[in-house]
Amino acid sequence: MKNIDLIIIGSGAAGMAAAIEAKKNGIDDILILEKDNCLGGILNQCIHNGFGLTEFKEELTGPEYLSRFVEQVKQLNIPYKLNAQVIDLSKDKIVTYSSKEDGLVSLKAKAIIMATGCYERTAGAIMLPGDRCSGIITAGTAQRYLNINGMMVGKRVVILGSGDIGLIMARRLTLEGAKVLCVSEIMPYSNGLNRNIQQCLVDFDIPLYLSRTVSKVVGKNRLEKVVLSAVDKNLQIIPGTEMEFECDTLILSVGLIPYISLLNYIDCPISSTKGAVVNQYMETMIDGIFTCGNCLHVHDVVDFVSDEARLAGRSAALYLNNMIKKNGKIALKPGNGLSYVLPQFILEDSLEDIIIKFRVRQPVTDQVVMVKSGDTVLIKVIKPVLIPSEMVMIKLSKEKLVDAKEEIVVSLEAR
Amino acid sequence: MKELTCIICPRGCRLKIDDQMNVTGNSCPRGPKYAIAELTNPTRTITSSIRVTNRPYTLVSVKTDKPIPKDKMFDVMKEIDKLSIAAPTHIGQIVKENILGLDSNIIITKNID
Amino acid sequence: MNSKIYDVLIIGAGVTGTMIARELSKYCLDVAILDKNNDAGDASSSSNSAIIHSGYDPEPGTLKAKFNVLGNAKYPKLVEELDVPFNQCGSLTIAVEDEQLPILKELAERSKINGVEVKLLSKEEVIAMEPNINPEVKGALFAPTAGIIDPFNLVVHAMENAIDNGVTFLRSHEVLDIKKQDEIYLVKTNKGDLFSRIVINAAGVKSDKIAMMVEDIDWAITPRKGEYYVLDHYAEGLVNHTIFPLPSKKGKGVLVSMTTSGNYIVGPSSELADPDDLSTDSETLANIKKAATLMVPSIPFKETIRVFSGLRATCTRHDFIIEYAKSDNHFINVAGIESPGFVSSPAIAEYVVETLIRPLITLKSNTKYNPCIKKYHRMFYLSDEEKLNIIKENPEYGQMVCNCEHISLGEINDALSRSCPPVSIKGMKRRTRAGYGRCQGGFCQPRALLIMARHYGVSPKDIPLAEDGSYIIDHEVKEVE
Repeated sequence: MKNIDLIIIGSGAAGMAAAIEAKKNGIDDILILEKDNCLGGILNQCIHNGFGLTEFKEELTGPEYLSRFVEQVKQLNIPYKLNAQVIDLSKDKIVTYSSKEDGLVSLKAKAIIMATGCYERTAGAIMLPGDRCSGIITAGTAQRYLNINGMMVGKRVVILGSGDIGLIMARRLTLEGAKVLCVSEIMPYSNGLNRNIQQCLVDFDIPLYLSRTVSKVVGKNRLEKVVLSAVDKNLQIIPGTEMEFECDTLILSVGLIPYISLLNYIDCPISSTKGAVVNQYMETMIDGIFTCGNCLHVHDVVDFVSDEARLAGRSAALYLNNMIKKNGKIALKPGNGLSYVLPQFILEDSLEDIIIKFRVRQPVTDQVVMVKSGDTVLIKVIKPVLIPSEMVMIKLSKEKLVDAKEEIVVSLEAR
Repeated sequence: MKELTCIICPRGCRLKIDDQMNVTGNSCPRGPKYAIAELTNPTRTITSSIRVTNRPYTLVSVKTDKPIPKDKMFDVMKEIDKLSIAAPTHIGQIVKENILGLDSNIIITKNID
Repeated sequence: MNSKIYDVLIIGAGVTGTMIARELSKYCLDVAILDKNNDAGDASSSSNSAIIHSGYDPEPGTLKAKFNVLGNAKYPKLVEELDVPFNQCGSLTIAVEDEQLPILKELAERSKINGVEVKLLSKEEVIAMEPNINPEVKGALFAPTAGIIDPFNLVVHAMENAIDNGVTFLRSHEVLDIKKQDEIYLVKTNKGDLFSRIVINAAGVKSDKIAMMVEDIDWAITPRKGEYYVLDHYAEGLVNHTIFPLPSKKGKGVLVSMTTSGNYIVGPSSELADPDDLSTDSETLANIKKAATLMVPSIPFKETIRVFSGLRATCTRHDFIIEYAKSDNHFINVAGIESPGFVSSPAIAEYVVETLIRPLITLKSNTKYNPCIKKYHRMFYLSDEEKLNIIKENPEYGQMVCNCEHISLGEINDALSRSCPPVSIKGMKRRTRAGYGRCQGGFCQPRALLIMARHYGVSPKDIPLAEDGSYIIDHEVKEVE
């Protein structure tokens, strides 16, 4: 069996950035495995703009953004395999992939970076009530059909879920001639970026109904009608509030979930983000297996994926040079108002400052983010506005770790 | 007093513009610039795609290299629908110059080998 | 017009009709089987619990009891011949209250009469076999001959085998009327007239409508809908057997079982429904959840990847109807085949052919009859060495189309090359499991759709999700002249 220092699974925004960073940190024996027929992952179908403002200080489309990384991968001569689906992973870091060209190949890696992205919650997962007709499709799949293959999934469209892909698809479908009747969001606030509500909905007079969800889909073979109902504060449907929409398509933008089947094979501990439990190096509980990007936690902005991936790439290089010390560890926990916090634990001997990432449960204003260990306040940051769709990052300098005698809790306090 | 959501970056600031065109609520200097443009001459960048003639069921993405007036979006889309290109394509390649005389070119945004 | 006269025409390509077609293909006969849907096993046969019941439950002396037990015994050989995933994992019918223990004993008695091997288990024995069971369990009836099967593969492979042996499968043919003239049945369909000497009505929830085209009947189908959850396959070891509650008048109750693909299935409900109603609703699903957690408290419903419903062809006679029409023995009703219909189907087929058809027509053996189909490669389940050998022979088996279930291009193309190929995305999914995983086809559906469109030389618009008319693609944009 062939040995390789570092295998990176996935070549999207995360995989490529991780590979480039590892290479820049002195790791030469790298292999990127990509299941699709080109590098770039899901960015290939994200043809809208808005990417790269942090990373490149200019506004790029998805394919333009990814091409900057492809160029670097090629310049740095980082080897990659296309059409190579990883079908197995073991705890001792044997990676098995399958491809038409190579058949079935097992490789022994010293370190692995998982950068497998995420998948969309489906009609089944949300137990969509009503008939089993066609015309009900997740936003990303509809996006692929349209932007890659040139195929429109319908003419009259209702969108469930106000996540960014749903909003982006509302605009795309409208520009391509479809009538988007409305976007329905079960929560009392949108999960999409404000700018997308403006430029994808408001620009095209598409109504956004909050605290409303699909109570029934009707259609014999193809979707014929969608019924929306208001929900109470427990998200239960309120009878008598039905709104009916005759339409042929229901686009679902109801959440993204880290795609981590391979980590499930090796019983890697999973957190509430549905991604792996990690330390500040983006290393999972399995020694030498790192993870980053949307397969760790779903990001709001791709630029932050690339940044997180660089940390994983750098960390893999440290690991391969035996520089990560695993003496003691401190747990990091989400406190009041947080849905999750990353990393879930911190190795005490830290080589770098720690970027704490979290999301809030619901929109709040005038908050103080408190990072405490017992009664000791490590950081205190004032935040005028916090919304669940935005990932928050705060820096914990490594020197501060000395003051952390027990588990660290990140929580919100009203100002 | 008018209110707008800034669309320049993912932050999406809520901007307030008074009758004297004074802008508040912005987190960076791009906010006021956007707000004034949005109230006087709103523009948008159009991103779309065109057929690749020598690849079945394949499109290549394109965009306007400069924002175009917001009320011309559908006219520009109609023009984009008429375009096609043969692979290979490269980012920045101009497919249509000065579309509808709006001083903006339709350029390729994806490399296809 | 096609004026061919079939010897036997079967209406309905569910598991019963398809098994009868296969049984008939052993003989030199002109046999056709039609279905209003575009695939075999598209209705109740694919929307059920996928359990090969042992036969402890049906009332002794009924046709249900008889064919269940006879059918169960046929499965080990049948699944070999038809290459269908099957696992004789056994079932546990559990009592969670002391008052239920005498009922378990009654069931054990009934099993003895039906000729089914069972064993009464103590609380401790049940917990040892099923660690996740409700700790309040009082005892259980263990039926080792019960099993789980891939119901889609069974019907489709039986149809493939029947077609290979000479049967004609007419898809998307809906029967409009039936008349008898000059000893020949004229079956009017939406696709034209068909003629046959013998007609078999195996039309499932619509079998009463079909029977009434021939004569007045004293029975009716009152469909009962069952809704289900399907959970992803990483809650390994949740249950190791099919877990039933005690049966009631409404049926066997909500069960919890693994499936042959390692997923878990929870359901069904049982409510009267229209014969076309396959919807699901939140209230029913919530009730199923409640009933199931009484047996297995830790079911991870968060891992639900799909909910669906199916219809039972419940008959007012409360037993299977397998008999000649009153007015004519050349019209045979095989109706009311609800649970345990799936397990019974091979035995019903044998009875229909050997007991009901044999007196009507000369049955000459088909010397070319082969009970086996060509084996399928299921890459996901093979060892690395087996995979390597297959990929070496055909590299398409190395290229993955479905990321979740690791279904290769080779498997997709193999399904398309068979005698009963899929014509819809659902048909492909049922044959290969492409799209059956956690993303439910989010990634692979566009790929599968293009492969199928290319294979059939049609526009992607013409590849439906399921039935005819359930198109996925509305139109293409920016078409180049």
